[in-house]
Amino acid sequence: MATVLELKRKSLQIRKELLTMIHGAKGGHTGGSLSNADILTALYYEVMKHDPHHPKLPDRDRFVASKGHCVESLWCILADLGYFPQEELATFSQFGTRLIGHPNNKVPGIEMNTGALGHGLAVSVGMALAAKRDGKSYRVFCLMGDGEQAEGSIWEAAMAGAHYKLDNLVGIIDRNRLQISGSTEDVMALEPLDRKWEAFGWHVVTVDGHDYDELLKALRGSPEADGKPTLVLANTIKGKGVSFAENKPEWHHHVPSDDQLKQAHEELDAALAALEGEEERSGTHA
Amino acid sequence: MPNTIPNRQAMCEALLELAESDRDIMVLASDSRGSAAMAPFAKRYPEQFVETGIAEQNIVGIAAGLAHSGKTPFVTSPACFLSMRSIEQIKVDVAYSGTNVKLVGISGGISYGALGMSHHSVQDIAVTRAIPGLAVVLPADRHETKKMTKAIAEYEGGVYVRIGRNPVEDVYEENDDREFVLGKAVRLKDGTDLTLIAAGETVRVALDAAELLAQDGIRARVLNMHTIKPLDEEAIVAAAEETGAIITLEEHSVFGGLGAAVAEVTAQHCPVPLRILGIPDEPAIAGKTAEVFRHYGISAEHVKELAEQLLKRTGVQAK
Repeated sequence: MATVLELKRKSLQIRKELLTMIHGAKGGHTGGSLSNADILTALYYEVMKHDPHHPKLPDRDRFVASKGHCVESLWCILADLGYFPQEELATFSQFGTRLIGHPNNKVPGIEMNTGALGHGLAVSVGMALAAKRDGKSYRVFCLMGDGEQAEGSIWEAAMAGAHYKLDNLVGIIDRNRLQISGSTEDVMALEPLDRKWEAFGWHVVTVDGHDYDELLKALRGSPEADGKPTLVLANTIKGKGVSFAENKPEWHHHVPSDDQLKQAHEELDAALAALEGEEERSGTHA
Repeated sequence: MPNTIPNRQAMCEALLELAESDRDIMVLASDSRGSAAMAPFAKRYPEQFVETGIAEQNIVGIAAGLAHSGKTPFVTSPACFLSMRSIEQIKVDVAYSGTNVKLVGISGGISYGALGMSHHSVQDIAVTRAIPGLAVVLPADRHETKKMTKAIAEYEGGVYVRIGRNPVEDVYEENDDREFVLGKAVRLKDGTDLTLIAAGETVRVALDAAELLAQDGIRARVLNMHTIKPLDEEAIVAAAEETGAIITLEEHSVFGGLGAAVAEVTAQHCPVPLRILGIPDEPAIAGKTAEVFRHYGISAEHVKELAEQLLKRTGVQAK
């Protein structure tokens, strides 16, 4: 069991790492990877049953990154957990690499290739349905973007998830309210997003997507969701943790300059130092 | 007596047999269990059947998730929608992710006749054969459909199959003992004067044409190219080298289908005179399959005429 403080520390280190990686590759989805970092940290270091030494363990929980473009945080986490060597992160987006700009199931720990939006939830429905039909207990987690909610195929899958009563399925929306052209509400209004998912028959939980207590509670599931799939609507900040990238649509795939990388690392180091103080004051367990 | 069993029914029979001993065989339908002739499967194996409603993108995504979890899903959905509406799911969730999904386009080609271009699928071969890692198959009759169904269930990987809606005259005898081998053409008739290459429902037409030609002393080889991908290039090169001329017949656009695939091989390895018969670049005319085929020259009589013209060029004389 990781403590909340350990998770916070981990996600700050992941943020530093992914910025270095994007800076090195001169390309990547900076804003979204920073906004989903806490969700992924909660899943991979605490919630999901999985074993980096046995990536194909039959009863492992499954993760599908439907918003596949925000893969940088995922690469950093998989490397940190030992799915592949840490040094390989330096090959991100380079000629011939398997660490491309979207999930690639040639890499241990990646279940499905994604990148085209609106695909992940249907695939997750299939995985969850297979578990139900086979009487297996694994759970399936699918991370979606909020801009991605405009894809009609998501709503086809949402219907099927409720129809087949897949309470082993958890959809998560990284609700950072921005997409490449600006505010999600200006591009194609989504609200009331929670009520839309409720109307489709899902158990909806709205959380602060950077608050580990709320995230862990929602992702671990609740008996209230029996017979229904769960949708975790995670309110997040695009660019979270880096002052000059937060809530800036242009940081969707902006690459930090040398100076910006230095400043971002200083800010994240300061946050890490602040955590050490927090640790001395309390020893709360997740 | 004419055959009354459509290929889709033969496929359902094969799947019922397979499911008896394999609980991972699954059938998915998009409100299409009736037109796919899969209602008996849904009834006998409800736990191995999944209904998705009219949602062709979803059915392919769900099948990919099932396959990822060890199932062997057969998606049965009209070819016109499956090969177009769901093509991105086929490309990404099946071919790119490497999931073991069998995509069965039912009522394929111009089977829907008078329903118009929205319901015709004469671009499906062109689209699917361009996707890496996807096999493309068109069985010729009910007997081949049954064998093919069992063969692709054994095969590990994504497959697109197109079958028609209506019963097709038998190409094979009931007790034909030839195996169905993915990627291996079947030489249905030996011949040295020219080769007719067909797939799916046009194989019967090619055989009839070969018989007509035989009456004039012209010996046509007939190849049933049931697998368009991976293509049996060896059989095509041998046909070009040994017979010197080729006519292809397909229930598909003349662009990008069987004829194009054959031309890609002959043009590079053994150029010979080649004629491509298929649906021209227009919304196909309304009518029953035989009427539409005849209208576009996919008939034994027209193939015979064309063959004789080609042979004049290559110097082979009718006897």
